[in-house]
Amino acid sequence: MLLPTPFHPKTSLLNENNEWRNWSGFMVAGTYEPTHEREYYAIRNAAALIDVSPLYKYDLLGQDAERLVNKIVTRNVKKCDLGQIMYSPWCDENGHMIDDGTIWRLAENHFRITAADPNLRWFEDCGFGLDCLVADVSNELAALALQGPNSRPILREVTTGIELENIGYYRLASTTIAGIPLTITRTGFTGDLGFELWFSPEYAERMWDVLMEVGYRYGLLPAGMVALDIARIEAGLLLIEVDYISSTRALIDSRKSTPFDAGLAWTVALDKGSFVGRKALRAEAARGNRWALVGLEIDWPVLESLFAVQDLPPLVAGRASREAVPVYNENGRQIGQATSRTFSPILKKYIALATVESEFAQEGFPLSIEVTVEFTRQQCPARVISIPFYDPVHKRK
Amino acid sequence: MGDRQNNYDVIVIGGGHNGLVNAAYLARAGKKVIVLEQRHLIGGASVTEEIYPGFNYTVMSYVVSLLRPEIIRDLDLPKHGLRILPLESTLTPLPNGDFLYRDSDHYRTFRDIARFSPRDAEAYEEYSQAMFFMAKAVKYLLGIIPPDPATFQPRDLGGLLGLARHLLGLNERDRYMLAKLMTMSSADFVEQWFESEPLKATLAASGIIGTYLGVRSPGTAYVLLHHYMGEIDGQFRAWGFAKGGTGGIANAIGNAARAFGAEIHTSARVSQVIVNKGQATGVTLEGGDEIDADVIVSSLDPKRTFLELVDKTFLPEDLVNGIRKFSVRGSSAKVNLALDGVPELACQPGFGRHLAGAISISPDLDYLEMAYDDAKYGDFSRRPYIDIIIPSMIDPDMAPPGKHVMSCFVQYAPYQLREGTWDKKRDALGDIVIDTLAQYFPNIKDLILHRQVVTPLDTEHLIGLSQGNIFQGELSLSQLFFLRPAAGYAQYRTPIKGYYQCGSGTHPGGGITGAPGRLAALEILRDEK
Repeated sequence: MLLPTPFHPKTSLLNENNEWRNWSGFMVAGTYEPTHEREYYAIRNAAALIDVSPLYKYDLLGQDAERLVNKIVTRNVKKCDLGQIMYSPWCDENGHMIDDGTIWRLAENHFRITAADPNLRWFEDCGFGLDCLVADVSNELAALALQGPNSRPILREVTTGIELENIGYYRLASTTIAGIPLTITRTGFTGDLGFELWFSPEYAERMWDVLMEVGYRYGLLPAGMVALDIARIEAGLLLIEVDYISSTRALIDSRKSTPFDAGLAWTVALDKGSFVGRKALRAEAARGNRWALVGLEIDWPVLESLFAVQDLPPLVAGRASREAVPVYNENGRQIGQATSRTFSPILKKYIALATVESEFAQEGFPLSIEVTVEFTRQQCPARVISIPFYDPVHKRK
Repeated sequence: MGDRQNNYDVIVIGGGHNGLVNAAYLARAGKKVIVLEQRHLIGGASVTEEIYPGFNYTVMSYVVSLLRPEIIRDLDLPKHGLRILPLESTLTPLPNGDFLYRDSDHYRTFRDIARFSPRDAEAYEEYSQAMFFMAKAVKYLLGIIPPDPATFQPRDLGGLLGLARHLLGLNERDRYMLAKLMTMSSADFVEQWFESEPLKATLAASGIIGTYLGVRSPGTAYVLLHHYMGEIDGQFRAWGFAKGGTGGIANAIGNAARAFGAEIHTSARVSQVIVNKGQATGVTLEGGDEIDADVIVSSLDPKRTFLELVDKTFLPEDLVNGIRKFSVRGSSAKVNLALDGVPELACQPGFGRHLAGAISISPDLDYLEMAYDDAKYGDFSRRPYIDIIIPSMIDPDMAPPGKHVMSCFVQYAPYQLREGTWDKKRDALGDIVIDTLAQYFPNIKDLILHRQVVTPLDTEHLIGLSQGNIFQGELSLSQLFFLRPAAGYAQYRTPIKGYYQCGSGTHPGGGITGAPGRLAALEILRDEK
């Protein structure tokens, strides 16, 4: 049985479709309206409220908190200032990714890690012998993502005593909204300007009401997972179990990915000292990674012509697809797979995140992708382009 | 075209969306292009202006569907700021307090139509499919230079052959349907499927937009189709609202043109095209300045392009006559409102996404035809057809938080009034529109902070569209394809060498398509070879 999130009394009234997604055993809306389009554009053009409570959250507290976090993740958290947040993957001993999430420094000896999967045991085991408590605070924190260019003006109306402009990209602050104490992080999964709000679940319904009441004047809409999935592909953000498989779940080694394979080389601080997977990652850095994550832009006129043969319009617009399809090189040899695909409504391009053999990862490289036209498998040209596909200036402003 | 310092390869007269598309394509091909726009801002009829502080009006055109996908792609318009937001629903409020609501929720729409007629609900599916095939059939025409059936030139014959092949490629049902669409009235056309009044009237209303014809006038079915030819992201018949209003579209195209190297000058009104020995060599600006170029492209309407900008002695008699008779009767007005809060519908009170779609004052076919009855004899409609959108419900940046702008397309408002002048009757039209709105939005009068009434005369004065016709010439069969704007002159050229036309008065006509601008650019480049 799926569990309600703390916002369920509110979201269930708004979910016209009764379309729910299973997110870590919780019910979250797929779409609220019959189609996801307005929700998507709320993210990109106004503001969207997304229930992200099912995320796992861990607090790491103690003298050795920094040591432990630095041992777990690949980034160097010594460089993480108080009030700063870092995105990082973490790996097993072989350098294969277990999960990824955000690392917050709440105090000198207090970190918080958000994660897609349960990680309590892993974090505790990593901390064996260290003076650091690992606490699963997942159910103690309700979480709302307020995303989109109007997210700041909405927050400005409801918060007091803080300058939202001062919360920089990947920074956090503590404040109150309508008397409710909360932490605001300048983070999100949309690649747009946005914030995430973390507070005690007992205030969930009140917080929802306060934000919706003020937000409707700024075009705020509740948005579900379908809209979010399109936005996160445009932002080039990886989804676990879709774009990479956790090494804890992969049945065979070839399904596992290192951060280098997944385009996350920038998160690997090999020189920071010892951390889990360092040896393997150092060897890979020297050897070169076999796989690379790339963005693909599928050639739309050709795609259109493939469908036109069947007298059909290109039947791809709509929701993002998480079904992996083969990617080929110019000689027709399969050199990887596209793991997430979507038509980008804002870019008017059909885009994909793909994992390909690293020699084919250069920008502009001509590849092709499998498309199914009227039950027939075809290949359609696609070009390697840089990710994020969509990266608005206001995201960091 | 040589490499020159102070003059240009191409001058585009008019910075409306077609002029800008034309300029962008020519600049993209390496030409040194200058666009001359008479107003202080670009866009022509595709313009957004802050007429009342903080409130952005889509002064003229207000929605988009027909903008050609190849233009969006070729000019990389998303990179230059084009955002098309979804406009998913149409609500037809009725005088008795009921309403018909259609949106992207298939079954809900089915149920709502079925409240009026279960037969109509089933027929709606069939109608949608028929229109899909029709749109697909005519989409071909949007991308071709209209071949002239009278010349017997190889290129025209080739074009006709391509057209014949295309039409033969349609199945029998679609060919018959196309013939009907070309000749029927929009009311008769929709009555082939439907029996309930709100649905028939709201669908048929697409057939009168911008024309001086009624829903029962033959030929209006084509105009209906013209509004169905659009596609967004490969989805036919989809309509959208551009972020920032339709001015946002013009700005995106303008940015693209500039990125390709074109110069855009505003407050630069061209008074004359200079012609030497049958060749256009430049233009004279209103202040007397002259600018030289090898190619001059007019995006203005055919009347201005041929009867005002050039000395008629350079033109053959048949063209002058043809253009003089070209029908550009303006028939519509716009009323734009700044509102202090949310306008609430009597039939569906409260705030919700039903306010983020189109709201059509078209309760029944007789209502629409009676609106035309007034116009036939030179009066504006006492009970007008109004196509409403609330742009700020779709793009909150159009008005301050919590406030709204309302765009009302009003028909009919004939350019030629039987009695009086538009300057004297402007407010009376505005009052009629507000009174009509108040029947459906009881709180509207209390919310109005400012209103702008744009009569056909205002459209003519402000934007320069002759007689205020939004399509630069009626979309009647006699004025389409190889007859647009005149027989023998439909391929963007003119009898004056180096002088071209690229406005909505050329094939394939009005609406924010960009197609005339693009096709003209391709012809200009072709002539160079």
